[in-house]
Amino acid sequence: MELDAKIPEGPIAEKWDQHRFEMKLVNPANKRKHEVIVVGSGLAGASAAASMAELGYDVKCFCFQDSPRRAHSIAAQGGINAAKNYQNDGDSVFRLFYDTVKGGDFRSREANVHRLAQVSVNIIDQCVAQGVPFAREYGGLLSNRSFGGAQVSRTFYARGQTGQQLLLGAYQALQRQIGAGKVKMVPRSELLEIVIIEGAARGIVVRDLVTGEISSHCADAVCLATGGYANVFYLSTNAMNSNVTATYRAYKKGAFFANPCYTQIHPTCIPVSGDHQSKLTLMSESLRNDGRVWVPKNAGDTRPPDRIPESERDYYLERKYPSFGNLVPRDIASRNAKEVCDAGHSVVPGGHGVYLDFADAIGRLGQKTIEERYGNLFEMYERITGDNPYRTPMKIYPAPHYTMGGLWVDYNLMSTIPGLHVLGEANFSDHGANRLGASALMQGLADGYFVIPYTIGHYLATSKLEKVDTGHAAFRDAEREVREKTDRLLEIRGRRTVDDFHRELGRIMWNNCGMSRNKAGLEKALEEIPRLREEFWKDVRVLGASESINQSLEKAGRVADFLEFGEILCHDALDREESCGAHFREEHQTEEGEALRHDEDYTYVSAWEYKGVGNAPALHKEHLEFENVHLATRSYK
Amino acid sequence: MKLKLHIWRQTSQDAPGAFADYELDDVSPDMSFLEMLDVLNERLILDEQEPVVFDNDCREGICGACGMVINGHPHGPQKLTTTCQLHMRKFRDGDELWIEPWRAKAFPVLRDLMVDRSALDRIIEVGGYVSVNTGGVPDANAIPIGKGVADLSMDAAACIGCGACVAACPNASASLFTAAKITHLGVLPQGEIERNTRVQEMVAQMDEEAFGHCTNHGECDAACPKGISVDFIARMNRDFVRGVTREPITR
Repeated sequence: MELDAKIPEGPIAEKWDQHRFEMKLVNPANKRKHEVIVVGSGLAGASAAASMAELGYDVKCFCFQDSPRRAHSIAAQGGINAAKNYQNDGDSVFRLFYDTVKGGDFRSREANVHRLAQVSVNIIDQCVAQGVPFAREYGGLLSNRSFGGAQVSRTFYARGQTGQQLLLGAYQALQRQIGAGKVKMVPRSELLEIVIIEGAARGIVVRDLVTGEISSHCADAVCLATGGYANVFYLSTNAMNSNVTATYRAYKKGAFFANPCYTQIHPTCIPVSGDHQSKLTLMSESLRNDGRVWVPKNAGDTRPPDRIPESERDYYLERKYPSFGNLVPRDIASRNAKEVCDAGHSVVPGGHGVYLDFADAIGRLGQKTIEERYGNLFEMYERITGDNPYRTPMKIYPAPHYTMGGLWVDYNLMSTIPGLHVLGEANFSDHGANRLGASALMQGLADGYFVIPYTIGHYLATSKLEKVDTGHAAFRDAEREVREKTDRLLEIRGRRTVDDFHRELGRIMWNNCGMSRNKAGLEKALEEIPRLREEFWKDVRVLGASESINQSLEKAGRVADFLEFGEILCHDALDREESCGAHFREEHQTEEGEALRHDEDYTYVSAWEYKGVGNAPALHKEHLEFENVHLATRSYK
Repeated sequence: MKLKLHIWRQTSQDAPGAFADYELDDVSPDMSFLEMLDVLNERLILDEQEPVVFDNDCREGICGACGMVINGHPHGPQKLTTTCQLHMRKFRDGDELWIEPWRAKAFPVLRDLMVDRSALDRIIEVGGYVSVNTGGVPDANAIPIGKGVADLSMDAAACIGCGACVAACPNASASLFTAAKITHLGVLPQGEIERNTRVQEMVAQMDEEAFGHCTNHGECDAACPKGISVDFIARMNRDFVRGVTREPITR
């Protein structure tokens, strides 16, 4: 199958405007006749559902949480980028575009990224109009900060809770449409199957997580905004229930999965404290604006930090990257932390932690300023660890955080299944091999507020869709498959818990396909995952029934999908014989240990096609053209 | 450390519930409260017993999904802390813990420690927003907003919608939750336009959902993991009087 990204003709800065004109429109009187399903209610899902309902479409929105306000976008701390240039420091749409392509290590699609940079300015306007209480200066204008490797101040923020405030804005817009009867919200329900009729996505099958009822829902188009898959590593900064099920089931139905090996490891998380650990907590990387990362110069030095003199400390990021210092992009900060810890300089028992020290900033700016900037983060750190970061340096270590890979989509955000659109973190489209800080919120809202409301109309106006209802045989078949799978899980009654399997999968993935990867490790993982999967289906213990609330059953279904999905991730990492962005193959590095790309062979998007459980997926390539940004080696020295 | 747990077990909304007793003898002080329950649940499963059901998701104190009453305190004994952020070092070896769901008429128990809080969504649904559609809005810096006002708005907007205020209130009132949204939007120029009607709609919905009224106990303020101030309730009451006199609505 030939992948057609449907990138519009013309100069980069005019593509989106031109495309908006060329797309077909749905007559305003006909919009209410089109049903659209949105799965997920995070930034992308809530903003899409609300915006499409405002336009007049008949929208049904599903989420597994008890309320759409709880989607994991809410946990984003740092901020949202926009090319407003309010600070007069040289920012522009082109610069944001350029930084994002470069930050993604030249593995993203130029046209998508430029559109993202273009609509970024509208997002801020929209959010302010909704009443999002962004930080402001004394004169009343919006405040900005520099974030995650950017050399301009283009990040808008609301204390350390930017994701929360943006999500509440989208949630409130969604609730308004629910109240107006334009959106039917279905919380506490989980997508378990996508239904395809005559080649197009026409609905979904969900399980009601309270009653256990399996039900079908049909529509003219389906939008998945179901987030990323970092929980394949078991321990990650994602919420406990974040999962790959919706996108993975779409993949099994024919949607291609793109670039799964691009998994971002966030450099500033609280280290693991023991075997009971259920998740890892992220400390916003805005902390790196004022915190200095260091380890003892001597390996194995176990003195407390205040007993280690300046001359015996290694501020390794400042030393190796003098111009960016502690603000190097996430992948570089993470890999360097691993490197110093692997060399024995860890500051926590178990070998996985470095210091993030605020002593200098507190000395320079005073504790009050630091408190204003990071007060809530410092409190959170103290609650979790029992240490006071005003007095002693924080201990941090990288953790899986965000996944750049996702379902392949064209410029209109449509997957390889007609009618199946994919938004936000669930798609692969904008971040290439590495996402810059404060760009996830931007992309989720760009897709939901300003892209899908246009492109969905074009799809509906240009498709001939037969009238179908949930009595169609395809829905009956899908429901039966879902019931069979659920019953199978409940019948095994083996000896190991679901979490036990998930933890083991996480260990395999983290050790072999984590921050750095090599051929032998990946091949080992590809042997171990099928073995674990087989054991899971023989020996997992899920108690209770399917006709009531059953959290083990929910988890079991998600882990079963992770146990298949993990293999695609390894296949992708194995295929990509280069290091780029968050994907670091040990065989491909410079003499200084930096990532070494192979542009001549790998300037493509890997889009994987399902070929059956346990079989290697088939690779399709979308070649990337760089007409506006010259391929260069990223350097943050 | 060793703990004696009494946990509310209830198989469904209509079934009667009761406390069940469990003992754990190797709890690490570094565990979070929910990780302690994870350990219990894994043991229950291996012991052929159904695990304890409780809502939780982000485990970072921001999604508002978790919440249980621990020894009479919503979210437990630590100030400004959600259940998921509470760590076992706050307890002592040999402690006895009584763990219950939020109790309020408007929050029916679904199972064990899980309750239905959709009433809070319906309060937002009737007016907890600024009525702007996507697109066609002015430049973000077109309306300057004083830093103090923006900060006040943010203080109120920090609410995570967990419902601890309702669980803490002797009247099971949702006044703090409702007042927080009314303040977040009402102090901003963007929210000023609908200030008179919003408060009336939201308060009426709160009544309809069978939440009680505020009688100034202040328990909500003490229980709120985000430090939302009871002062906002006073502001809501003032806005309500202002609203019904200036721009009364009929529902």
